[in-house]
Amino acid sequence: MSEHASSFIAKSTIKAADLDHRRKINFNIGKYNSVVPVGKQQFSDVNTARERAKNVKWRAIETLDQQLEEFEANLTKRGGKVIWAENTQQALDEIYQICVAKNCKTIVKSKSMVTEEIKLNEFLHEKNIESVETDLGEYIQQLDGETPYHIVTPAMHKSKEDVAKLFAEKLGTDPKLTPEELTLVARAKLREKYVQAEIGVTGANFIISDIGGIAITENEGNGRLSCGWPKTHIVIVGIEKVIPSMADLGLFWPLLATFGTGQKVTSYNTIVSGPRQEGETDGPEEMYVILLDNGRTNLLANPKTRESLYCIRCGACLNACPVYKNIGGHSYETTYSGPIGSVITPHLKEMNEWKHLSYASSLCGNCTEVCAVKINLHELLLENRYESVEEGDASWGERVAWKMWKQASLHRSMMNMGNKKMKNWMVNKVFKGWTTERADLDFSSKTFNELWKQNKAI
Amino acid sequence: MNVQLFIPCFVDQLYPQTAFNMVKVLRKLGCEVSYNDNQTCCGQPAFNAGFQHEAKEVCSKFLKDFSGTDYIVAPSASCTGFVRNYYTKLFDNSSVHNDVKNLGNRLYEFSEFLVKVLGVEDVGATFSAKATYHDSCAGLRECKIKQEPRKLLKNVKGLELVEMNDVETCCGFGGTFAVKFEPISVAMADQKITNAVATEAEYIISTDLSCLMHIGGRSNFKGNKIKTIHLADVLASGW
Repeated sequence: MSEHASSFIAKSTIKAADLDHRRKINFNIGKYNSVVPVGKQQFSDVNTARERAKNVKWRAIETLDQQLEEFEANLTKRGGKVIWAENTQQALDEIYQICVAKNCKTIVKSKSMVTEEIKLNEFLHEKNIESVETDLGEYIQQLDGETPYHIVTPAMHKSKEDVAKLFAEKLGTDPKLTPEELTLVARAKLREKYVQAEIGVTGANFIISDIGGIAITENEGNGRLSCGWPKTHIVIVGIEKVIPSMADLGLFWPLLATFGTGQKVTSYNTIVSGPRQEGETDGPEEMYVILLDNGRTNLLANPKTRESLYCIRCGACLNACPVYKNIGGHSYETTYSGPIGSVITPHLKEMNEWKHLSYASSLCGNCTEVCAVKINLHELLLENRYESVEEGDASWGERVAWKMWKQASLHRSMMNMGNKKMKNWMVNKVFKGWTTERADLDFSSKTFNELWKQNKAI
Repeated sequence: MNVQLFIPCFVDQLYPQTAFNMVKVLRKLGCEVSYNDNQTCCGQPAFNAGFQHEAKEVCSKFLKDFSGTDYIVAPSASCTGFVRNYYTKLFDNSSVHNDVKNLGNRLYEFSEFLVKVLGVEDVGATFSAKATYHDSCAGLRECKIKQEPRKLLKNVKGLELVEMNDVETCCGFGGTFAVKFEPISVAMADQKITNAVATEAEYIISTDLSCLMHIGGRSNFKGNKIKTIHLADVLASGW
C-alpha cells in the first residue's frame, strides 16, 4: 500500500467517525441542496443544457491544440503574453521571473485551484513575497494554515462560530462577531493589500478562444479587483478550461452558477482580454496567461479518460458524494477532492500512488447523476481501477484471489463445494474486514443450486 | 410466459430462500419458471475490482448460460444493471454485440418485471408491519427503478409503508469497498440505519440483498431492532 493510501485510510477513519464534522457538512451541503433546484428552474430543459455543454466541451477538447493557439494569437494581438508551462516547476519559474522583474513584494490572489496545484503560496513564501488570498473562504483557510476543503467553498467545514474564533485568535477581533462583521474585518484588511500589491494573480474559469480572453466567475468582486487593480495581472489556468467561443458563456455561466452554488448567475462575471488598451482609463499595464499542462495531456492522450477534461469545477459531484461527505475534503490529500479528484489525480500524478482513491467509492453513481457536463464519473473510477490492474499495481494476494474467483465462477461444481461451517469460518474469521463492525454472515447449508436440483429430484 | 431464473452468486450461497420466494411469486402469476443449473455469476465483482479480463471470461460464460429468447428475472438490481450497462462496454465491437444487446433487453430485475412486463401491481400478499423502502443505487441509477417496488408494496395487505430521509443516498455497501474502506462504509450504513429507525419502521425492504446484507449486518451488530427483508420475501408472504 502506498504512503498516500495509508494516510488516506487513517484520515478517513477519523473523519468518518467525527459526528461534529458530519453535522457541519450536512448543514452546509443541505443549504446547497435546497437552492440548486431553484437555480435549475432557469433552464427549460436542464438535461439538454447539460448535454449541449458536454458537446461544446467535447469539441473544445478534441481540438484543444487549435483552440489554445487561437486563444494565444488573439490575446497576443491585444498585448497579452501567453506562457506555456509543462509542469509545476516551469510555471513557478515563470511567475518568479515576473515577480523579480516587477520588484514584487506583495501579491493579491483570487481563488484558484490551479495555484493550489502548483503550491504557489508556499513557493512565494520561500521567496519572501507575500501572497494574500482575497476570496473570503480562501482568506479564512490561509489564516488557519489549511488548504481548501472544497474546490468551490474552501471553508465549508467551518461553522460561523469556528470562523469567529479563528479571527479572534489570529486578528484579535471579538470572538462573538457575526458573519457580516467578520466579512467587514476581512474586507478592511484586504483593501489595504490591493493598494500595496504589485501583482494580481487569478485563475480562470474559462479560456475563450475566439476572442482571446479569460473569464472569471465569482461572488465577492475580489477577482476583478485582483486582475484590475495591480499593475501586472498573471493568470494561471489549466489547458482544459477552453471553450471555443464567447457565445458559449451564455450556456456555461448559468450552468456553472447553478451547479456550483444554486445561483442563476454569480454576482460577478468578468471577461479579461488583455492589458489596458490605449485610451482606456484603468486595468493592468501587463497581462500574462500561463497555460498549465501538469499531467492534463495524460488524460487527453487516453480516449477513455479524456472526458474528465470537460469538468468545469462546479463542485456538484463533491456535494453529491456520500464518501466526500463522510471523510471531508482534506482526507484525500489532493488538490482536487471528491469524485472528480479521484478520477483525475492518478493521471495527473502517479497511478500507483493514488489508485486507492478510485477504489474508495461505493460506485453509487450519484456523481455521474449530478455532473453539470455529464461526465461518466463513476465509470471513469472503474476505468482507473482497470488501468491500475493492467499496470500491475494490484497486490499478489489480490491477483491470486481473482484467479481463484474466476476458476470457481467458470465451474458450477466448485460453487457447490464446501459446507456451511467452512464457508462461515472463511468469511467471518479469516477475512475479518466484514465482521469487525458488522454481524457475521451466515451461509446456507445448501446453495440455491443444490436445493433446486434436489426439489426437482423429489 | 417462460422465465429463466438468474440467481446471483451471493444469493445462491447466502439467501436461497429469497430466490425460492421469487419463484413462488412468479409461478403464482402464471410464469413457467426454469433454471439453468450451470449458472454461476455475472462477473461484476471482478469487473468492479479492475480485473476486467477475469470478469470477461465469466461474462462470456454468462452469455452462453442465458442464451435463448426467454425473459430472465433476477432478485437483484445490481447484477441486472451490471449486465445491462457494462456488458455492452466489455463486448464492444465484438461478434457477440447482438447477443449482448438481446440479453440486456430480456433481463429484468424482479419488481420491474412484475410491474412493467406482467403488468401486475398486486400479488395478493399480506405482511402486517410498518416498513420503509430503501432505494438501492443500482436500482435507482443503473436500472431507473423507483416506483415499481413501491407500487407492489402499496398493495400488500397490512403493510404500512413510510419513506425515510435521504432515501436515495447510498448505504455504503459497494462490494469490496465495504471491506477495503470499512470505516467509511460503516459510517454510511449508520446514517442509513438512523434514517430508517427515525421512521419507526420495523423493516427495511429493498430490491437488493447486497445492500440489506450490509445494512442488516451493521444494524444487528449495533443491536438495533430494525430488520431487513427482501422485496420477494414480503411479496411471498401471507398466501
